[in-house]
Amino acid sequence: MTILTRRALVKGGSALAAGALSGPALLEWSKAWAQTAPWKPEPGAQLSMLRWKYFVQAEDDAFVKLLEAFTKATGVKVAIARESYEDVQPKASVAANTGAGPDLFWGLYSLPHLFPQKCVDVSDVAEYLGKKYGGWVPSAVTYGKSGGKWIAVPICYGGNLQNYRLEASKKAGFSKFPDTTDAFLEYAKAMKKNNTPGGMALGHASGDGNTWVYWCLWTHGGNVVDKDDKVIINSPETAKALEYAKQLSDNMITGVASWNDASNNKAFLAGEIYWTNNGISIYVAAQKDPTKNNIAADMDHAFWPVGPIGKPTELHLMYPILVMNYTKYPQAAKALIAYMMEADQFNKWIEAAQGYLTHCLNAYDSNPVWTADPKTTPFRDVAKRSLTAGGLGSVGEKAATAIADFVVLDMFANYCTGREDVKGAISIADRQLRRIYR
Amino acid sequence: MADAVLPGPLAPEASPRIPAWDRLKGDRNWLGAWFMLPAAAFLILFLAYPLGLGVWLSFTDARIGRSGIFIGLENYEWLWDDATFRLAVFNTILYTAVASVIKFAVGLYLALLLNQNMPLKAIIRAIVLIPFIVPTVLSAIAFWWLYDSQFSILSWSLRQLHIISSNIDFLGDPWNARWSVIFANIWRGVPFVAITLLAGLQTVPPSLYEAATIDGASRWQIFRHVTYPLLTPIIAVVMTFSVLFTFTDFQLIWAMTRGGPVNATHLMATLSYQRAIGGGYLGEGAAIATAMIPFLLAAILISWFGLQRRKWQHGESND
Repeated sequence: MTILTRRALVKGGSALAAGALSGPALLEWSKAWAQTAPWKPEPGAQLSMLRWKYFVQAEDDAFVKLLEAFTKATGVKVAIARESYEDVQPKASVAANTGAGPDLFWGLYSLPHLFPQKCVDVSDVAEYLGKKYGGWVPSAVTYGKSGGKWIAVPICYGGNLQNYRLEASKKAGFSKFPDTTDAFLEYAKAMKKNNTPGGMALGHASGDGNTWVYWCLWTHGGNVVDKDDKVIINSPETAKALEYAKQLSDNMITGVASWNDASNNKAFLAGEIYWTNNGISIYVAAQKDPTKNNIAADMDHAFWPVGPIGKPTELHLMYPILVMNYTKYPQAAKALIAYMMEADQFNKWIEAAQGYLTHCLNAYDSNPVWTADPKTTPFRDVAKRSLTAGGLGSVGEKAATAIADFVVLDMFANYCTGREDVKGAISIADRQLRRIYR
Repeated sequence: MADAVLPGPLAPEASPRIPAWDRLKGDRNWLGAWFMLPAAAFLILFLAYPLGLGVWLSFTDARIGRSGIFIGLENYEWLWDDATFRLAVFNTILYTAVASVIKFAVGLYLALLLNQNMPLKAIIRAIVLIPFIVPTVLSAIAFWWLYDSQFSILSWSLRQLHIISSNIDFLGDPWNARWSVIFANIWRGVPFVAITLLAGLQTVPPSLYEAATIDGASRWQIFRHVTYPLLTPIIAVVMTFSVLFTFTDFQLIWAMTRGGPVNATHLMATLSYQRAIGGGYLGEGAAIATAMIPFLLAAILISWFGLQRRKWQHGESND
């Protein structure tokens, strides 16, 4: 295995890796950028930002550096606060309601759609970036736009893909990870038979649990709501998805009903499970820990298998940033967002994130972080493959509530653990969803 | 408060020329009220107001960051038919009943043991308190590891002893999960009961034991007719607290299972949090929290009017 360092990555990059700028050169570049950028910060401007708490220290370090460079170039000080990613939404809602708080919020999924009228119109920033960097991926447009204008800038995705062990999969007769749902089921059976089972969370795991049940529902043609937000969960397709999930979960390791977001990481790194769905964190942890390097060498990532519906139905975490309209310095805020997303800053930052985060501007596909290690390459495309939290429907607070209240996850868990039959599981979810979407 | 009914000495002197404010300041009838004011303000601000606000919220469709409008009993009507809510009520009652009874039994037994004269008494009593001192979340995480479906030391040990062939699914099976969290709660709650009852035991005058022994009472009779009646008031207090703490438990469940698997360990408190803060439905969450009040009131009334009755303490004839 090649040894990766940030330096090597930076050197490896070609045109886009003008991100090798540092020290005085960076300052010069930043100053020049500030001169030509369409957004001139208000005199004496100061910004405060609340962001989700980082998963990798290196990412946060790079982000702080980025902000420092921005301050040097423009004179705008940026105060940053960090909250666990589940807590950003309540805080932003209260701030939007009371009209006081941080100027910028960087949160999850549909955050800006909870109060679109409170967000500064950032269409100019989004269009500027889109034009300059090869356009936005479709799901990012859905997350970013409301009523024809951009209410937030989609910064990045957190990918969630299949993680699997190579040797064990080969032994079970699969030289690569299955790409259809039928083959996936065969794979799970074969792996279980070889005593190298996998597993996916059916407990209240906000990230891993929701990701896989939504994938399963969608790939069988089931949907929570239609495009007018009418609840259509009670369908033969949902029943099929449940049947499939039951067969799949019967071939997982025992105990998945108790798993939270950390359980599969532990089990995979301990060699207890041989396939699971996760971000890149297992791989990064396995590389860092010398005793687990063998696992890093013997694992890879794969896209989610495609089911009867015939196209990818993945759900990845979106991290949009929004500016509150009570801010005194909207120009400074816009300048900051644009600055963050410029290649010279963004490339370095996304490299520091080691694959945890995926861009949603097409031009960044060529960032060397995605090709220097082929095992991270699948994460490059998660933004393109992702559907939005609302499925066919809107991405507003209703979709967010349905996810936060684990309605779909509980429907699957109810059936897979045998607590309810198909009808019962669906009707419980149907009743809850009708209330959320009334 | 005899002063409250007697006219204060300043009252007759009050003439129309003295401003009303000065009269209020000097009036002894009012003096008591002045002294109570800080405490009352404290209680109203930090207890009555939040409680009232919570009850009010339960009649609205408030969401996080947005005040709702009054919708009457709609939240409660919805919850009445909600399978998850009913399950949470069942879980809460089961959790409270089983854990409280066992905590009481084990706590009393421990208290009686600790009341004996033995070497290193003080140290042993301190050790018993440890589960109570450890922060709840820490002990919950420790239990979470003990119960882990892959890494449980319990499963591992039993496997090494060839008693079981595969890991026990402690938190993945509904009933296993219920008993597991109840056990964790008992482990945590026993010291509180034991130490408080021990304090009660030490107030029992030795002369009563001597008298009972001289009368030829057996150990059981001594316990039943001397210790137990004298302990009843403290039992009432400790069990009231124990039931309240158990009924409103949140941290243990949230850290270990988040209400899973399939809501089998959701308590009313955790469901309320999930719906109100996670899902954003403040009104509905408040309704779940408010629905806990009748249960809690019932528990308090039973202990105070039941266990505190003199008949229970001093025999049938003495009411």
